[in-house]
Amino acid sequence: MAKNQKTKKKDKRLHNFLLKIPGRVWLLISLILAMIFWYVLSIIPATSRAFPNVITTISSLKTMIDRGVFFADLASSLISVGLGFLFAFLLALPVAILMAWYLPVRKILNPWIQFIRNIPPLAYVPLVVICAGVGRRPQVIVITLACFLTMCVTIYQGVMNVDETLIKAARVLGASDRDIFIRVITPATLPFIMTAVRLGASVALTTLIAAESTGAVAGLGMRIRSLSNSFEPAPMLLYIIIIGIIGMLIETGIRHLERRLTRWQDKREM
Amino acid sequence: MAGQTRNVRLRLENVCKSFKSRDGESLILDNINLDIYDNEFLCVVGPSGCGKSTLLNILAGLTDATSGTAYCDGVPIEGTGTERGVVFQQYALFPWLTVKKNVMFALEMRGIKGKEAEELAISYLEGVHLEDYANHYPKELSGGMKQRVAIARAYAAEPEVLLMDEPFGALDAQTRMVLQGDLLETWNKDRKTCFFITHDVEEAVFLSQRIVVMSTHPGRIQNIIDVPLPYPRTQELKMSPEFNEIRMDVWKQVYSEIL
Repeated sequence: MAKNQKTKKKDKRLHNFLLKIPGRVWLLISLILAMIFWYVLSIIPATSRAFPNVITTISSLKTMIDRGVFFADLASSLISVGLGFLFAFLLALPVAILMAWYLPVRKILNPWIQFIRNIPPLAYVPLVVICAGVGRRPQVIVITLACFLTMCVTIYQGVMNVDETLIKAARVLGASDRDIFIRVITPATLPFIMTAVRLGASVALTTLIAAESTGAVAGLGMRIRSLSNSFEPAPMLLYIIIIGIIGMLIETGIRHLERRLTRWQDKREM
Repeated sequence: MAGQTRNVRLRLENVCKSFKSRDGESLILDNINLDIYDNEFLCVVGPSGCGKSTLLNILAGLTDATSGTAYCDGVPIEGTGTERGVVFQQYALFPWLTVKKNVMFALEMRGIKGKEAEELAISYLEGVHLEDYANHYPKELSGGMKQRVAIARAYAAEPEVLLMDEPFGALDAQTRMVLQGDLLETWNKDRKTCFFITHDVEEAVFLSQRIVVMSTHPGRIQNIIDVPLPYPRTQELKMSPEFNEIRMDVWKQVYSEIL
């Protein structure tokens, strides 16, 4: 009994100690462990061919820059992702609102969205290429489509979830439909819109490989495939890591914006 | 009241309301006839499900009656109107706006903008003793404070009639007492017609001049009881025999069909 209590006390002290460690330190620990893990992968024979060590991987950046492809790849992918995301957002916002407001639109569009959403983008890439040819256009179309589906569903749920009493409260204060849309529904939906933006950005990046398999001439995704064909694991791994870093940076940026815009919210996590 | 005709502010004439449910129509309100006079404080009590909130929604113009007509100043009610202010049980404050901006929302709907709206908002907040919280967000306030902001916002729309849907229903006993006192004080000053819904019999007797007791399934007016207690009323009144006599009377009528 006494012993049990003692260990409990110890557990609690440990827990308090862990809570006191700042987030940055945890991030550092996480990073160090990842590097150790990577190192282990680079010396185990079975995995070492796919995971060159840190130095080889990072120095391959210079190789890619010398070949004159690195910045072109980066720029091309960012443009495709940016444009695809932007078009998807501009499309998802009104469609989601129409779906929430008009029953026929909802009943007809929702099954389409659920249907297409579960098909991997890579599967319909050939169709897009047949229709839109090669180059920038098919890439943007694939990303737009994938982002649109995700964002539309999230924003739609947000509009549906607007607290009915807030609309009533605005109405009895003399608000017109226009006032209600701009001053009640829009801000009330903002948290969902921000979540949609975050999910959309993530989908845009994860669709990159599929999007750039449409006969792209540059791009991070296209380059990974081409490096795979020429068996160059170091720059390939580098490119994969770069996609991951871009994703984290975008996520952090959006979270920042989200916190600023939805500070009024009661609780907010995930 | 004798010999003096009173202006009817709100009138319900043969009002029925039914909803479609799985097993056909279900009647919520059955032939409600009621006049609410100018400057009157009227409470509606009844068990949950008696349709008292539906009645308020019809007066607010948020719901239509299935048959019959509701009038405000002799004109049939169609939709909402700023002459009829509503205070909701769930406060219904805009969480993305600060306390001051919530009140300014009502002012801006009246066409008052900018600095003037800001100053007026503060004066309405002073009316509920919350001027120090002008720049707080609703989430930072207690339930009682939120409801005070909601009341200030309702007043800022300058309504002729206040429709209150169990406004203190979600508050603890102490806060409720304070807010009842504040509301009565304000009402005693401006005598704005007040249609107040509650399921708390004591609250109804304490606040109102007349109590409408409703029965349920379907919602009907069972009785209307006068509360001839003089204003201003204070908490001590609740100890008096007159008060308790009325309270018992109303209580028996409300619970007669439940017990």
